[in-house]
Amino acid sequence: MSALPGSYEGTAVTGLDSSPVEPAAPDLPPLTAQHAAEAAEIMARYPQARSALLPMLHLVQSVQGYVSPDGVGFCARLLGLTKAEVGAVATFYTMYKRHPTGRHLVSVCTNTLCAVLGGQQVYDAVSADLGVGHDQTTADGSITLEHAECLAACDYAPVVTVDYEFYDQQDVESARTLVAALRRGEKPPPTRGAPLTDFRGISRQLAGLSQHADAAAERAAVDGPSAGVPTLIGVRLAEERDERAPAMAAQQPGGPDAGTPAPEAPTGGGTGAERAGDATVAAASNPAERSGAEQVHTDAPEPAGRQPAERGHEGTDTPPTGPGAGTNSSVEREV
Amino acid sequence: MPLTPVLTQRFAEPRSWTLETYERLDGYQALRQALTMTPDELVTLVKDSGLRGRGGAGFPTGMKWSFIPQPKPGETPTGPAAAPKYLVVNADEGEPGTCKDVPLMMADPHSLVEGVIIAAYAIRSHFAVIYVRGEAVHAHRRLVAAVQEAYAAGYLGSDVLGSGWDLELVVHAGAGAYICGEETALLDSLEGYRGQPRLKPPFPAVAGLYGAPTVINNVETLASVPFVVRGGADWFKAMGPEKSPGPKIFSLSGRVVRPGQYEAPMGTTMRELLDMAGGVRPGHELKFWTPGGSSTPYFTPEHLDVPLDFDSVAKAGSMLGTTALMVFDETDSIVEATLRFTEFYAHESCGKCTPCREGTYWLVQILERLVHGRGRAADLDLLTDTCDNILGRSFCALGDGATSCIASSLKYFKDDYVALLPPEERARLGRSLRLEPVGAMS
Repeated sequence: MSALPGSYEGTAVTGLDSSPVEPAAPDLPPLTAQHAAEAAEIMARYPQARSALLPMLHLVQSVQGYVSPDGVGFCARLLGLTKAEVGAVATFYTMYKRHPTGRHLVSVCTNTLCAVLGGQQVYDAVSADLGVGHDQTTADGSITLEHAECLAACDYAPVVTVDYEFYDQQDVESARTLVAALRRGEKPPPTRGAPLTDFRGISRQLAGLSQHADAAAERAAVDGPSAGVPTLIGVRLAEERDERAPAMAAQQPGGPDAGTPAPEAPTGGGTGAERAGDATVAAASNPAERSGAEQVHTDAPEPAGRQPAERGHEGTDTPPTGPGAGTNSSVEREV
Repeated sequence: MPLTPVLTQRFAEPRSWTLETYERLDGYQALRQALTMTPDELVTLVKDSGLRGRGGAGFPTGMKWSFIPQPKPGETPTGPAAAPKYLVVNADEGEPGTCKDVPLMMADPHSLVEGVIIAAYAIRSHFAVIYVRGEAVHAHRRLVAAVQEAYAAGYLGSDVLGSGWDLELVVHAGAGAYICGEETALLDSLEGYRGQPRLKPPFPAVAGLYGAPTVINNVETLASVPFVVRGGADWFKAMGPEKSPGPKIFSLSGRVVRPGQYEAPMGTTMRELLDMAGGVRPGHELKFWTPGGSSTPYFTPEHLDVPLDFDSVAKAGSMLGTTALMVFDETDSIVEATLRFTEFYAHESCGKCTPCREGTYWLVQILERLVHGRGRAADLDLLTDTCDNILGRSFCALGDGATSCIASSLKYFKDDYVALLPPEERARLGRSLRLEPVGAMS
């Protein structure tokens, strides 16, 4: 029996499933003059205002949690379009939700690669725990669940995202633990991404606006971890094998005077990645380096763009600590 | 072939995504150098480097840039030459198996931003957009931060580095539609419409964004540009085959010991890459793999020594695509894998053209009954026939791509399909089977 469970009969997904926009929920936060001003700010970024429609629909979701009839009207009014024109766009894209979403959106990749590695079992288990299916929200309003198409993280399969932040290399137990924590109101840190906010918060970012009140929170979001073992594996292996791209020739005449900074000290211990980065420096004094990538330069003096002491700040093989709900096994700490 | 980290070389640096780190590691030196050249010299340099588009099609990048109509010296420009020029970055990574651009944008967003600025200068553009997939929120966040830093440092905005040339750069989030990776659908989406492909011609180089001349390049392509400028055409061509040169990020995933991003010269073989990745998981053997995502026909162990460059892969019957190497072993059912991919295409078909919209729907129905043991002897022919009516008859490449996994799995693993048939249907095969390769009926 294959490890890929396949679709249950009759559940195959096609492009034909659809649902109409639901009537507005009674207690939706209103779209205010402030939001209209923000929409105008978005429109001003583009040579033609209609380009702002997708960001504006994200803005609507950041306020109301889905694209409500009210939100369709809001976009139509500001852009001089009909509601039908806006509705046609809103219903085309998967990320625009047609009924109110929960606090968090949990997406489980069930495309082939993730499914083969257990993504389907993850989805089935989480769905059973939550008692909801695709595009449905738990009664307590904490979670909307969906099965997602490929999330461009196949090297970390199987993946789950919460509000589109990556929780990599999940299994049934880690995903159940993650979802249980979310239901309790906790926000386990993603393996790659910013500290969780919620679906509305991330929608605000996608509208091209900051979702954070202060610069420090914004910085913390940007600095959230990003590069785990799979991302760095080739760079690390090149370093281990002492392999690199051919060195670049010296800066061409006519280039800038403020060229590459000179190496601070010819100390050893740099990484392969550093050497590649410093290849412009190396090549000037070592023409043999230009001859190709096949060579191994064991005796070549080591150009160093930075002090070996900085090595300690680099990502290491130490997994991050903290309440990662068992999800952080392969991701390296970033400084 | 050795590993050649170029695009990935900064990935392991501390805070690699910041301007401070980027500048310390030669960042924006290529831009300074580019601004000492004329736009035409830059186009020629990129042409000479042999850089080909990394989004899957492999179109020569310099040639694409040269298609933008430019005013002739001494003449008053008319038509497209008089219109504004736009640069649009296709960062809508979503092809199943593909996971190279998102890590790059997260780890080294400034390399893309610098590439965008240089490319915009080369085509004389003053407005560029990075259309990034909506789900890729961390990449989006890092790009927004990088663009802000670049504005503050004078690399963007009015009078870039005192050159007298202005450039605005907007980071634009999509909203979840694989079809928007198709360049003309991306343009429609960016203009605020449903993301559906446009008829070509006219090509975007003449009538693209807002009907004006537009270059659309992939993330990895543009991130390569600063290195081409700094290293020169000969340096770039020192890696990989003459007609498909340069370093390339190969993304290994699935049943391998160490999945991840391996940057090596174009033309590296799957055997070499599998070796780097520790091979197929212990106790198992390779059954099938994709060279470049789900839209590229499957390969088998017999293709392990095919050089992974645009031309060699095409010659071997598949496509290099996005070098998304998905690896499957003997425990994985190729028919179920194919069903999953086909469900994806049915879900993502934009509905504009009938062969793709209806064809992918029916392909799912046929594959689903096969997987569940209710297939009919005629279904193998029916799959082929349906694929024949999609391939080459769809509006864009999505429909064509949807047939790749079906046609190639029937070609290499017909027995796997036959094994799923109920015994009575299997017995009918000899009489009813008319199996022609996809394309034979066109």
